Amino acid sequence: MAEEIIYKPNDFKTDQDVRWCPGCGDYSILKQVQSVLPEIGLKKEDIAFISGIGCSSRFPYYIDTFGMHSIHGRAPAIASGLKATRPELGVWLITGDGDGLSIGGNHLIHILRRNFDVNILLFNNEIYGLTKGQYSPTSELGKRTKSTPFGSLDHPFNPLAVALGADATFVARTMDRDPIHIREILSEGNKHHGTSFIEIYQNCNVFNDGTFSVFTDKATKPITTVNLKEGEPLVFGAENEKGIVLEGTNPRVVDLNSGDYAKDDLWIHDPTDRTKANILSRFFDDPREEMHFPRPFGVFYKEDRFTYEDVLNEQVDKARADLGEGDLDALLRGNNTWEIQE
Amino acid sequence: MDKVTILFAGDSGDGIQLTGSQFSNTTALYGNDLSTFPDFPAEIRAPIGTVAGVSGFQIHFGSTEIYTPGDECDVLVVMNAAALKKNLNRLKARGTVVLNLSGFDKRNLKLAGFGDDENPITDGTLDNYVVTQMDVTKLTRDRLKGSGLSTKEIDRSKNMFVLGFIYWMYNRNLDTTVNFLREKFAKKPEIAEANIDVLKAGYAFGETSETFSNRFEVKPAKMKAGSYRNVMGNQATAMGLIAASVKSGLKLFYGGYPITPASDILHELSRHKNFGVYTFQAEDEIAGISSAIGASFGGSLAVTASSGPGIALKTEALGLATMLELPLVIVNVQRGGPSTGLPTKTEQADLMQAIYGRNGEAPIPVVAAKSPSDCFATVYEACRIAVEHMTPVFCLTDGYIANGAEPWRYPAAADLKPIKARFAEPREETDEPYLPYQRDENGVRPWAIPGTPGVQHRIGGLEKEDGTGNVSYDPENHHHMTKTRAEKVDNIARFIPDQEVDNGPDSGKVLVIGWGSTYGAIKTAVKEMVAEGYSVGHIHLRHIFPMPQNVGEIIQRFDHVLIPELNNGQLIRLIRDKFLVDAKPLNKIQGMPFKAGEIKDAIAQLHND
Repeated sequence: MAEEIIYKPNDFKTDQDVRWCPGCGDYSILKQVQSVLPEIGLKKEDIAFISGIGCSSRFPYYIDTFGMHSIHGRAPAIASGLKATRPELGVWLITGDGDGLSIGGNHLIHILRRNFDVNILLFNNEIYGLTKGQYSPTSELGKRTKSTPFGSLDHPFNPLAVALGADATFVARTMDRDPIHIREILSEGNKHHGTSFIEIYQNCNVFNDGTFSVFTDKATKPITTVNLKEGEPLVFGAENEKGIVLEGTNPRVVDLNSGDYAKDDLWIHDPTDRTKANILSRFFDDPREEMHFPRPFGVFYKEDRFTYEDVLNEQVDKARADLGEGDLDALLRGNNTWEIQE
Repeated sequence: MDKVTILFAGDSGDGIQLTGSQFSNTTALYGNDLSTFPDFPAEIRAPIGTVAGVSGFQIHFGSTEIYTPGDECDVLVVMNAAALKKNLNRLKARGTVVLNLSGFDKRNLKLAGFGDDENPITDGTLDNYVVTQMDVTKLTRDRLKGSGLSTKEIDRSKNMFVLGFIYWMYNRNLDTTVNFLREKFAKKPEIAEANIDVLKAGYAFGETSETFSNRFEVKPAKMKAGSYRNVMGNQATAMGLIAASVKSGLKLFYGGYPITPASDILHELSRHKNFGVYTFQAEDEIAGISSAIGASFGGSLAVTASSGPGIALKTEALGLATMLELPLVIVNVQRGGPSTGLPTKTEQADLMQAIYGRNGEAPIPVVAAKSPSDCFATVYEACRIAVEHMTPVFCLTDGYIANGAEPWRYPAAADLKPIKARFAEPREETDEPYLPYQRDENGVRPWAIPGTPGVQHRIGGLEKEDGTGNVSYDPENHHHMTKTRAEKVDNIARFIPDQEVDNGPDSGKVLVIGWGSTYGAIKTAVKEMVAEGYSVGHIHLRHIFPMPQNVGEIIQRFDHVLIPELNNGQLIRLIRDKFLVDAKPLNKIQGMPFKAGEIKDAIAQLHND
């Protein structure tokens, strides 16, 4: 082990002016990432942030590590090539709902199934911000935007269900208005050996202001959200008066004050249970309608599975052990040669 | 007899490619110079017995130097009626036909599209040829009677009968193929021995059937002294990449997506992981190049390969690599286009795509290989330019040379030109801010890779300020950076060898300028015409962009310029643009290589003007 590294959050700031709109949710996320980085045990030069295109993808400019602000949607593929060949680096991928789920949707599902050990932060603001206000693949049905003056016709993506469908090994959701929660999730995601997919609800105060306020405002948050904690029951409500029971594969909201249910009857959160994680990801009611289920925040699912870079490097090492280190002259010569004399 | 062209043709399930490649290997070891041209059907398994399902393998070999797979063939070997129907027009007058009689039964004749009363064997179609017929299926079954193999297994070895017969015709040794069969069927020795048995039966058939009064004798060729092997184009490309990795000391990363006719590069590389080769079969073409850019950012020798439609998909990422000024090699094994075009046929129609096909001003150097073995040196050169000049580089080959084979006087590893990467040095936190785009005297920035203390930096596709690499919208800076990137690439011309006249005089009436796989046909044409007294010279460009500095001087020494291309005229536009010369085109867009005769006609016409 090299000498101990002691960084402060400010050590990860760059000399670049941060150019997001005043009041943007991105500021809070940037601050929490900068505050988590000193704790991960890597030197600055051993960390790389890779992003695509969009407001969130400006992120690498503001972190004093290696960084690449690449092209639209391709960050997962770029990060894959980097991590495959430099497995010792800490690689973070910054994307958004348009970058990650629309133009880059293909790359996203493939990095998840391959399980490279990278942290993916998907800033979901349910709108295209950089192109000034078109609906995104996570915008709600009927949304009126510049490109949908009569309302969007697109059924929205459920990002966590997409990630689980692609066999992601770490799936979590957090929100920009809850810095402590972001820190917890970032920290846990970074510890996970494999791809960590973290969806962050992020307010775009210019083009989609308040889209998540029902989940973030003090008045409504207790009843519209449920905080997932490993080994603890799913309770919510201002007085923790509501809970969720799981009957077979059917979840149901119950009233703990009715006397019919006690905390012991509730669904105990187990993030290693894939089936339950799938059910949780379907707590996705449209907040404009009458909500049946609260929106979960926290770690939905985690699983230990080999990473792509580990098995790739093992295969290369094994080839070297089995076949011997490559001999260029032998390769060029091949198996059948002949001599031509003067 | 100093050279012969044989065309093996049969159903795609008849093992034609294997028969052809075995004959090539044996012939190469015998010491003949040779050139081959496989011609696959477009479908994996087209309907059996039909013309659409015919697979061909042409080999041209001789005791003199051979540059093309031959225009017309001397010997046509056909396994069925469809193969004859498709290829008879490629046989020289009074040429030899070797045919499998059982492939001409009623059913096969009908499948090949012959009418009820038509049978080329009996209706006079073959009157002007020397015909040898044998019932290969029956002879093979007879030989293996009692072998315990099923009829299906027995019939699979019938190509060995034909191969054995052709070995007898040309007085070849069976050892190479015998060894090959024992290795290939190491786990099924009974199959190996059955095939060997049939191979020998075919040879013996030649000896005993008294078919030919004379056997053909093609003596070994007089080639430059040295050690030789046989090599295919895509194989040479893969070896060139590995060699560049070894010589530069860089890890080789290949990100790609399967596409005809480039996939064999991926196949070949993935066999050599003991060289520290990292192959990554990506989810699509875009991820192929993007993963390579990620690996290059991390300090690896990064490569992607594809063919035209795949290259089109990679275009945006090529722009990114240009902005990032990172090394990257892009191999385009060209095929007929546009769109899906002719995937199994050859063409040279992606030159403009390589040189200009990006948004904005994004100059990328382009080199092109001229023959199967030349893929090695050309892709090696592409790697050298990419690493030493910090730029993406295109390496163009095509389906013709990618699948073709020829003898190769292979180099010794020690004789390969060194490739030197220039990495940024570690720095102290207290040093001045790091400048990732500070250039050396050749306009090249250092390769600052993660893990190097003090050189953290952020780069991307947005225009950047020279020096700092910070995002910049400054008008003067954009003008300056565009010019700077262009100069960096132009400057590469100072680091490449002068163009040599390949053949013919240094000055005279007609200069033929070629690039890529037309080399063999042009070489043959010019050589013959020089011998016939024409004043004609030939230069063949490996470096197309930037070009060697003396190309303009060479052009000025000739009265006329002829540019043969397998496209509708692409290099000719570059030459006219750069040198304001009234060059004349010779275009062929048929998915097939030039015949030397076609080029000779065009030279003669210009010469006599």
